This record gives sequence, C-alpha cells and structure tokens, in this order.
Amino acid sequence: MRGIPLAGDYIAGTIPRLRFEHFFADLAYWMWGFTDWVLLLADTLLIAYVGTVLGGVVALLLSFPAAATLAPPWVVSFIRRVLEFMRTVPTLVLALIFVYAFGLGAFAGMLAIAVHTAGALGKLFAEEHENASLAQMEAVRAAGGSWAAQMRFGIFPQSLPGVLSYGLLRFEINVREASVLGIVGAGGIGEELYLAVRQFEYQDISAILVLILATVAAIDLLCGRLRRRVLGSAA
Amino acid sequence: MMKSRLATPLVFGFLLLLLIGGLWRMDASPERIFNGLTKLGWLVALMWPPSAGGVLPELLLSLLESLAMAFLGTVLAVVVALPLALLGAGNVIGNVLLRFSVRRLYDGLRGIDTLIWALIFVAAVGMGPFAGILALAVPDIGTLSKLFSEALESADRRQVEAVRAAGANRVLSVRLGLIPQVAPVMLSQILYTLESNARSSTVLGIVGAGGIGLALADRIRINNWDEVAFIVLLILAMVAAIDFVSRRLRLKIIRAS
Repeated sequence: MRGIPLAGDYIAGTIPRLRFEHFFADLAYWMWGFTDWVLLLADTLLIAYVGTVLGGVVALLLSFPAAATLAPPWVVSFIRRVLEFMRTVPTLVLALIFVYAFGLGAFAGMLAIAVHTAGALGKLFAEEHENASLAQMEAVRAAGGSWAAQMRFGIFPQSLPGVLSYGLLRFEINVREASVLGIVGAGGIGEELYLAVRQFEYQDISAILVLILATVAAIDLLCGRLRRRVLGSAA
Repeated sequence: MMKSRLATPLVFGFLLLLLIGGLWRMDASPERIFNGLTKLGWLVALMWPPSAGGVLPELLLSLLESLAMAFLGTVLAVVVALPLALLGAGNVIGNVLLRFSVRRLYDGLRGIDTLIWALIFVAAVGMGPFAGILALAVPDIGTLSKLFSEALESADRRQVEAVRAAGANRVLSVRLGLIPQVAPVMLSQILYTLESNARSSTVLGIVGAGGIGLALADRIRINNWDEVAFIVLLILAMVAAIDFVSRRLRLKIIRAS
C-alpha cells in the first residue's frame, strides 16, 4: 500500500508541460519522436491486420467441421478441442515461443496473433454456421454438390454477415494485443514503449500512450461503423 | 448498382495487396518460414514429456499467486467501478458534462492493455504481485464502469420512484430501487472479468508483475522446453477450472433472477 503515492508521483511525472504561450513548441518537444512512433504504430496495425486475416482464414476452414449441424460428432469435438487449445494459450506465451523459433520481429508476433485469432474466431464462426438454415445446403446437395460445395454455396452465404462482423471485432481486439507484443520482441510499438518505461523517459511514455489510445479509438470507431453496415445489409 | 459491382473487387484487391505488403514487410520469406517451422517442430519434440523440473510446489505456489492476483484485481476493480458507474449513468446523475467526461475516462482506462499498465506499475511501485493487481484492476475499472452504467441505465425507473415515494432520499433510492434490479447482471459481468483476469494474470510475470509468468519466461530463456510445456499445461488447467466454476455460478445467478 506504500506504493500507491509512488504510483501517483510516477503518473504525475509523465504529464507533459504544455504552456499556453508556446503551446506548439511544447507539443513538438513532447512528441519529438512522432514520425518514428507513427511508423511503429503502422507496423502494429499491420501485425494486427495480417494476423486477423490469416487467423480468420484458418478459422473459417476449421469452423465448418466444428459446427455440430454440419459434421459428424467425433470430428466436431476433435476440432473444437483444437480451437480451444489455440485460444487458451496466452498470445504472449505464443509470441515468446515464436520469437525463439522464427527470430525477433513482427513475423513472430503476427503468427501468435493469428493462432489465437483462429481459435477464438473458429468457435464463433461455427456457432454462426449452426444458426444457418439447412434447407439451402440440402438444395445444393440435391443438385449434386460435394460437401465443400454445400458449405460454400449453402451455408457460407447465410453466415457471411456474422463472420465479417466477428472478424472486425477481432481486429479491434488484435490492435490492442499487437500494441504489447513488442515487450517480448515481437514487433510493433510495444518495444519503444518498453524502452521508454525502462529508461524512465516519463514524457515519452505518455506521448506513446496517447498515440496508442488515439489509434485504438480510431480503429474502434471505424470498425464500429463497418460492422453496423455489414449487419445492416443482412437485415 | 454499377458502382457496388466495381467497388467489391477494388476493396478486395486493396485488402489483398495490404496482406501481401504486410507479409513482405514482416520479412516472411519461404526460407524463414521453413527454418522457423523446423525449429518449432524441434521445440515441440523437446517439450515431450512435460516435466515439473522438481519444483512442482513452487510452480503451484506461483500459479496460486496468479489466481490471487486475478481475484484481488477483480475485487479492487469492482470497488472502484461501482461509484464511477453511478457517476456515468444518466438516470442517476443528471449532469451531461460530468457523464460525458466520466465516460471518456472509462474509454481511456480500457484502451490501454493490462500488460502496458503492468509495465508502468512495475516501474512505479516495484516488481511483484502488487503491481500485477493494480495492472489488472485499472483497465477492468474502465470496462466494468461502462458495463455497469449501461446496465443501470436500462433499469426500470418505476421501482426507483416507488422507493422515493415512500420517503427515501436519493442515496437510498439508488441503493434500494436501482441496485437490486441490476445486481444479477453485474454479478455475471464480474464473473466474466474474473475469468479474463485469470487468463491475463498468467502472463503478467513476464514483465515482473508477479505470478506464474515469471517462471514461464525464465524457462523459455534457458531453453527448458519440457518445463515450459508443463507450465503451459498448468495454466490451461487453471483457466479451464476457473471457466467451469464461473459458468456454474453464472447459470445459478441467471436461474435465480
């Protein structure tokens, strides 16, 4: 409990000095690393995007055999266990292991995010497929379509809005996750933040945090809009 | 019609280009992927059989520490979030400006990941589980306050009015008219938070904020992959147990209300 005033002092130390008389000079001093930081943030977004897309593709492929209405029970329970495993191992632990295997950098972080995303989205997609009506699938089967064709033309068009909406939601989450991966050396803005915290560069900490917050808020806003459009077009 | 037909392939093309550009930027050459996968297969082979490395009691103790951090972090978050939620709920406090600024505060707390808070608190209050508890609590305060105040706003106002009509003051009318209505929803959200904290608390040790994460990061650093596998399995077992208990409790709450 002795620590709480210390934490207060620490946070107070990160508040930049912005004076009204030379506001822009102070702002420029505070945001001295702006270009570097924005580039790192762009990398972070890229990690989140590529991770979401690759993880989403794997999730989509695994979600059909994981839907109880579409596949035999033993396949469903096996795939579900696999998905559970993928989403229960913490992303950061995956990142640590992948950094060791693939070397430092954004690629390891992206893989960690992709694995976790595949596990989380696979389950949600499968539930979405389970809610789809089977009549269209039977129509495709009656026309001689294979199992893959039945999924592609009978089920997928029905669950597409849900799939897109969950995918966008996951992207929002992944942006947050990607912002910390740098702590274990897996790319993005986290590394710079870690450095700032380690070297007690108080003002840099607040500057980077403000930029992360702004990015997260912008992505949330954008994804929220897109999600409403996707779900709106389904109704 | 023409526009939307042209727009879809354009959007897809752009997204695909972004994907390829991203992979290129991450230096995802086939050679690197192949080497990495080889190394990964080798690691998985080294992970078998998982072993406690002769320090099982210590590992269980630090797992318990993670669990305790998750629990205390959740309690702290609830204690702080409850008054903040009342400030942010439109039907409790009429002031629009206050409500707006409190809600932005929630967003700010929520927007920063637990692990970043952990970094900051480790630097501020020193290494150890106390930093972890604070790091878990702070973003949860944002999430819970938001969820609580939304629950409060959707509550039925007639019960509040009934309590007021019986002569109660404002505080009592919130306590007796509003809180009982939303308590089941709140409890269920608190349980969700506990589940999520149980997951997060296992990695906080990587930055020195207490719990099993420190042991895990250490084993990875010194390449004891059988012990890494053991610790990961311990974490999975704990998360599954917490999820199970919390699901049972939640079902009970839902049935009771």
